[in-house]
Amino acid sequence: MTTAPVTKKSIFKRPEKPYVHPYLGGVILGIVLFLAFFLTGNGLGSSGATSRIDALIVDAISPSHVDNNPYLLKLAGGDKNPLDDWIVPVFFGALLGGFASGWFNGRLKLTTTKGPNISDRTRWLMAFLGGVLFLYGARMARGCTSGQALSGGATLSAGSWAVMFAIFGGAYGLAYFVRKLWN
Amino acid sequence: MSFPLPEFITVSASNPWTYVVFGVIGFAFGFTLEMSGFGDSRKLAAQFYFKELTVLKVMFTAIVTAMVLLFGAVGLGILNFNQVWVNPTYLWSGILGGLIMGVGFIIGGFCPTTSLASASTGKIDGMFFILGGFVGAAIFAETEPLFTNWYNNAGYYGRLTLDQVFHLPVGVVVLLVVLMALFMFWGAEQLERIVGKKDMSREPKTRIIGAGVLLAAALAVVFIGSPSLEERYQKLTFTRTETIPQLEGQPPIVNTITYTADEMLSKRLVFVSPAEAFKAKYNQAMNPVYLDVRSEADYNLYHIKGAVNVPLERIEEVVPVLLTEPPANTVFIVMSNDEIAAVQAWKILVASSVPNVYILEGGVNNWIAFFGKEDETLAGVRPAPNPAPDQLAYIFPAALGNRYESCDPSPIKYEELEFEAKIQLQLKRDKSGGGCG
Repeated sequence: MTTAPVTKKSIFKRPEKPYVHPYLGGVILGIVLFLAFFLTGNGLGSSGATSRIDALIVDAISPSHVDNNPYLLKLAGGDKNPLDDWIVPVFFGALLGGFASGWFNGRLKLTTTKGPNISDRTRWLMAFLGGVLFLYGARMARGCTSGQALSGGATLSAGSWAVMFAIFGGAYGLAYFVRKLWN
Repeated sequence: MSFPLPEFITVSASNPWTYVVFGVIGFAFGFTLEMSGFGDSRKLAAQFYFKELTVLKVMFTAIVTAMVLLFGAVGLGILNFNQVWVNPTYLWSGILGGLIMGVGFIIGGFCPTTSLASASTGKIDGMFFILGGFVGAAIFAETEPLFTNWYNNAGYYGRLTLDQVFHLPVGVVVLLVVLMALFMFWGAEQLERIVGKKDMSREPKTRIIGAGVLLAAALAVVFIGSPSLEERYQKLTFTRTETIPQLEGQPPIVNTITYTADEMLSKRLVFVSPAEAFKAKYNQAMNPVYLDVRSEADYNLYHIKGAVNVPLERIEEVVPVLLTEPPANTVFIVMSNDEIAAVQAWKILVASSVPNVYILEGGVNNWIAFFGKEDETLAGVRPAPNPAPDQLAYIFPAALGNRYESCDPSPIKYEELEFEAKIQLQLKRDKSGGGCG
């Protein structure tokens, strides 16, 4: 009797597949973006959800603080539920979708992606700082790479094209000075 | 059927399916980003050292694909562009915010949505980025009051699209953006070959075919053009609810009826009496805007206090302003001397998807006939003999504008007014949450 070798497949040990070709990924993303506009009139986004979750936390801890801050008031004032917005299900959907693709393609792994010459801790600190800055800028510009560059770019919004060039300008402008982080 | 689907335009608890729809859209979004490699910060950062331009390729391919499909659907009349969210232009806060985002991008290695794809696949740096994001957004909420005036006004142009900036047909702009993207892809591949030492001969040949298809589609968009105002007008539908009172003790019957635009006019459902137009000012539920579409000369002779003069010839110019984030309870009441010009203006506005537009019944002449009866300041004003259609039916000795008593009737004197209410507020989507929120 021969037994076939048992291949143990845990969900974390699926064979890792390569990334799709950038142009193909772009076309699929473009179709998703178009369908979002076509069905709902809204594009894609996520940074707005960060503000809304913040507003929910502040509203839970100190509702009077919400009443004193006009920006938060718009999101969570009175009996408004800050999570009652299209961008919130998109945010959580994106988390799930990323997870699903990672699982499907064998890329679920607790790890840190970083340049070769920095420690994990430095990378975590920089990721945190980058997150602080990025979301601060995203709220100022009323949208991030998804809400402004992708969605606004596709609808030919003049302001969104300005935001898009500013993002690339800021990143390219600083890239040389932080090259140690990535090279 | 008209797209976007009205029931999906805004998330609402009364229609739980909207959560599912947006959740599925988000799922597809996150899935695509992860499978393109955007969960790995090195792939994203490499963009800025010209070694691997995946970010640019994915992003611009997505933008041009969506743009060509979108404006194709608009041109074919399937999709109503005025119902599509276009990020309003706040030039200076956009540029400064964009530069800050760029700095965050190169330091943090992610943008917000890619950090979601990263964290959900177990990347610890992605998780730290998200945490930082919550802090950054909170700091913004705390500091926004310090520069709120600049944030809300500097370089504000409302809903402004590139075709309006360059005075070009939208199809031509679509074609130009596609050509620019193709040129950038070519440049990106050259950089990858030279700086990134990548062997480009192994790239799939199908990408050349893809570029050809894209270009052909962009040319088709130029060829299709945009639907005319008239075509859009013919496709309009209005939903009205009518309440039929029943015998005592019985709940009234509420019917929902759909009318075409011409039916709304012929059944006079969009004509509001002077009494209703006046009372709207004191109604907490609505915010009336009086649009006076007569000539400036007539406007100077007599107009309702607060009315904005937009001569009929120029009404199309103000549409972008009217479309940009009006509070959901704004009601536009258009008026001419009688009704002819006002009806024309109404047709243009509704065809341009401006919500809640009504016409002052009988125009300014009717307003004067109604509120002028007891207005002694109008003593020197005589009725005009045989006024032509849509002309002022009165002769004014001086151009006193809104300085007659009846231009701003006393809310105390006219507290009790009977009228048949025609205004039914159509609550549009919540614009405050549009774009990235």
